[in-house]
Amino acid sequence: MTCDEAEVMLHALLDDELDAGHAREVEAHAAQCARCAAQLVAYRDLRQALRGGNLRYTAPASLRRSIDRVVPSPTATTRRALLQGFGLGGLVSAAAAASLTFVIVREDRDQRILGEAISAHLRSLQADHLTDVLSTDQHMVKPWFNGRIDLAPPVIDLTAQGFTLVGGRLDFIDGKPAAVIVYRRRVHVINLFVAQGLSSALPAPRLETVQGFNIRRWTDQGLSLLAVSDLNRDELEEFGAKFEQTARAARTS
Amino acid sequence: MAYEGGGDRGKAERFRTAALPYLDDVYTLARYLLRNPTDAEDAAQECYLRAFRHYETFRGGPIKPWLLAILRNVCRAEYARRGALAGLLSNNLEEAEQAADGLWSEAQHSPETETLHRLDGETMQRLITQLPDAFREALVLREINDLSYREIADITGVPVGTVMSRLARGRAQLRSAWLAEERR
Repeated sequence: MTCDEAEVMLHALLDDELDAGHAREVEAHAAQCARCAAQLVAYRDLRQALRGGNLRYTAPASLRRSIDRVVPSPTATTRRALLQGFGLGGLVSAAAAASLTFVIVREDRDQRILGEAISAHLRSLQADHLTDVLSTDQHMVKPWFNGRIDLAPPVIDLTAQGFTLVGGRLDFIDGKPAAVIVYRRRVHVINLFVAQGLSSALPAPRLETVQGFNIRRWTDQGLSLLAVSDLNRDELEEFGAKFEQTARAARTS
Repeated sequence: MAYEGGGDRGKAERFRTAALPYLDDVYTLARYLLRNPTDAEDAAQECYLRAFRHYETFRGGPIKPWLLAILRNVCRAEYARRGALAGLLSNNLEEAEQAADGLWSEAQHSPETETLHRLDGETMQRLITQLPDAFREALVLREINDLSYREIADITGVPVGTVMSRLARGRAQLRSAWLAEERR
């Protein structure tokens, strides 16, 4: 074994990655080569110094919280479990039960739309079908929707505000076509769905967390807008507020 | 909305039990690869999101190397986003390895019998962070994430022999930097 070979192999020896035969060869070489023997000692020393130091980092609490949002611990109470409780208890009056049903039916459409928006969001990331028109230019993205959908979605460049326009896509929510405008902040994708009648007119924007995703909904000029992302609540709120603000400014100018 | 179905709730629980114990490992590698806490936190979060989404494709065996491989992909995407660092591991590797050759020979002139003085954790972390990408990655995966050569080779997509030589060079550079730090 040459010194050049031994110099590299001695690392494998220290890492306990050599079979017995090769280990003997390296040791035999080191036994008669002072320089390689010294290297073996030096790297064993480096290794011990590294092992002695605490070189690991601890994941911050905020990271654990974001992962809890993305992969929720399934111990949270579901609506289904609540209903089962009512059914078994049998203590609810008929009238109360009826009004409960009414609320739940209405909520069900609401929940279905949120669920479909999340599924569409996940699909867009998974199937690598994020955009049909890929452009950071709002004047390319907006006309693309002409003739493809019977509404003119507001396409706004928010690059200056820290949200990069990635492109647009056609999707379906609640059985109806929706225009999707795609933005990105750092590694987080924001899918902004624009459609008609996704919810009754909302007096104020609504921010909610469903299945670990944050969703911001608002209405504007008779259109329903729904932004889905794994971005944290504060930044998604910032996105929605900036979007509304810029849209208003564009109308008045 | 199958996402909320019973099977998926079971999936979430299984995933959490298997993957969450390695969050510190994932975050640590992200810190060394990306060199700043905010990007590392984003990358680790993205890693767990992707891992959960593709958990069906996980073929069993130790989950740590699988998670670290996903994290590495996320970090490479981040390198690409940063632009200046794009393709560092592939295109500029030769350059990095040539630059390393200089230090490699310097390392041989450093007194081999000298015992390293203990440095504080922060200084050691800084010295590791300053290593060229390919060497830093191999060194962290081996010394801190405690992976085998085979696992490192699979994650970084290079032969085991390359892992060995990157480790040798990474350690040589780290040792010279360490001795230089002591003399300051």
